[in-house]
Amino acid sequence: MLAVTDLTKSFVSPEGTRVEIVSVKAFALAAGEQVALRGESGSGKTTFLHLIAGILAADSGRVMLDGAEMTALGEAGRDKLRAGKIGYVFQTFNLLQGFSVLENVVLGMSFGPRGADRAHAKEVLERVGLGHRLDHFPRQLSTGQQQRVAVARALANRPKLVLADEPTGNLDRKSGREALALIREVCRENGAALLLVSHDEDVLAQFETRRDFGALNEAGKRASPLNATGESPPQQNQQNRKGTAA
Amino acid sequence: MTLPLIIYRSLRQHALSTIITAGSIALACGLLMCVWMVKTQSQTAFTQTTTGFDAVLGARGSKLQLVLNAIFHLEASQGNLAWADYEGIKRHPAVKTAIPIAVGDNLRGYRIVGTLPELFEKVEFAPGKKFAVAPGGKVFGSAPDAREAVAGAFAAQKLGLKVGDTFKPFHGLAFDEKNQHEEVFTVVGIMASTNTPVDRVIWIPLKGVQTMSGHDAKAATDVSAVLIQLRAASAGFMLDMMYNKQGNRLTLAYPVGAIIAELFGKIAWFDQVLTLVAYLVALVAAGSVLASIYNSMSARRRDLAILRALGARRRTIFGAVVAEAACIGVLGALAGYAVYFGLLTGVAEVIRAQTGVVLEVGAKHAVLWICPLAMIGLCALGGVVPAIKAYRTPVAETLAPTS
Repeated sequence: MLAVTDLTKSFVSPEGTRVEIVSVKAFALAAGEQVALRGESGSGKTTFLHLIAGILAADSGRVMLDGAEMTALGEAGRDKLRAGKIGYVFQTFNLLQGFSVLENVVLGMSFGPRGADRAHAKEVLERVGLGHRLDHFPRQLSTGQQQRVAVARALANRPKLVLADEPTGNLDRKSGREALALIREVCRENGAALLLVSHDEDVLAQFETRRDFGALNEAGKRASPLNATGESPPQQNQQNRKGTAA
Repeated sequence: MTLPLIIYRSLRQHALSTIITAGSIALACGLLMCVWMVKTQSQTAFTQTTTGFDAVLGARGSKLQLVLNAIFHLEASQGNLAWADYEGIKRHPAVKTAIPIAVGDNLRGYRIVGTLPELFEKVEFAPGKKFAVAPGGKVFGSAPDAREAVAGAFAAQKLGLKVGDTFKPFHGLAFDEKNQHEEVFTVVGIMASTNTPVDRVIWIPLKGVQTMSGHDAKAATDVSAVLIQLRAASAGFMLDMMYNKQGNRLTLAYPVGAIIAELFGKIAWFDQVLTLVAYLVALVAAGSVLASIYNSMSARRRDLAILRALGARRRTIFGAVVAEAACIGVLGALAGYAVYFGLLTGVAEVIRAQTGVVLEVGAKHAVLWICPLAMIGLCALGGVVPAIKAYRTPVAETLAPTS
């Protein structure tokens, strides 16, 4: 379902030198499979997910997703593929603060091939236990509830692949466990593959299949991370534009 | 529903700036439409307001002043002409009707004009429309010593005059309470509204003005002007030749409409200044749309990046921002109609009070749809710059955890 081959991505450091962040020879994920990637902060795992999702354009290599080659597509094509086949759960939830819970989920759906389906959005929100919070705004919810909205939004389009980037990073241990269980359960129900990245051993321990991103990423073996925060380097924006224009 | 939802939420999220920006657009739009309509309507109304007369004969002087004084009852008289001059023009074969008027008095600022009863009996102030007195009243009598008055509709309303009321005129065209005449006039009729300057006048017999106490006894037979209806339009040029070019004692103002059009020609610069101001206001309003949305872009960067991460294409984001600017334009344009009607009603009321000329507030004109559409287009254009900023939002960088 997901096959990554010879995928590389580099950025220009503040000093002006090109630094390779991601260099993954091969990585694959079967339909419905759930894999956890262990990776330290700044190891390039978020960049790796962004490359799979088509948010960033790769320098080289291939990302095949459900028969479509993400890396061969232009930006608009990647947007379309992402909207149709990928659900993304972020560490900081990334909910739209000015939109209600229901609208957040409906908007997430509206860019995909199925379009905005309020009835289905409600169903998904009920499934994650937020059927009574449809008209609430994110700021009116607890962090755990906000993450559940993010999960509902990621799953509402019935994606083939769910990418979860430190999904429990902003939650306390109990809420984190609940959120993780929910993500895995809902993915299973929807037949979606799940690729989760985390540095939290407690989270990783709950997965049967765990991979070490440090071992997977050749770039990580060659050079130390650019920074320790996991954030993209300053020139990333410029590089994104260069990459997406290509 | 995606785009409308994004726009709606964004407008609501920035409700205050949306209202302020839409308000400035409404002001610009309403002002533009009002300036345009007042300009075109007043020009049309004034040039068409001849109160049924083709020409005015008066003392030697400005044709414009003559028309403003005799037809619009605005300017001071430029002098008198002798009764014999009136008799002369009246007998001219090219003249159908000649009505003399005498001015020089007022009633609390409303002009008192002496004339003959023929004005009410013979003259059509518009095709098929004759001056009429409202039920319960009558035209003043033809007796030279009749102390009777007929009040124009607007003047009667403003002064609270009704049939049977009496008044003492004040001397001069401007109201000065110390200069009151002794003669007492009785209101015998209130004229039906004509929407012309006639409505602002209190009409009394010609002799009443000529022989009013305090007026120059030597001028007791003089008139201020003669209002003329011609048998044929071409006769006007003949009379123009006779009085204006061959003679040097009197002035014939003909044709009335063209003379007023000249006035508008002379004050065209004022229109242009007003229009320029309105255009500038429109530009400032469009600029405020740009500034308002552009300034909110930093706050909205993350939202835009989230939408992009969810699969929204760059062009969707670009379109949403431009459409949002256009929506602010639509809100402003709609409110602009309220501003327009409010302003025009006020301006029309002032013009009516000052001149008696009535502007049609509900009149249709292409500018009433061109202006709002242009304003919406201008706003959409103002949205392009922030839309480009939104278009360029770097997704990965913006979505990086901030804590």
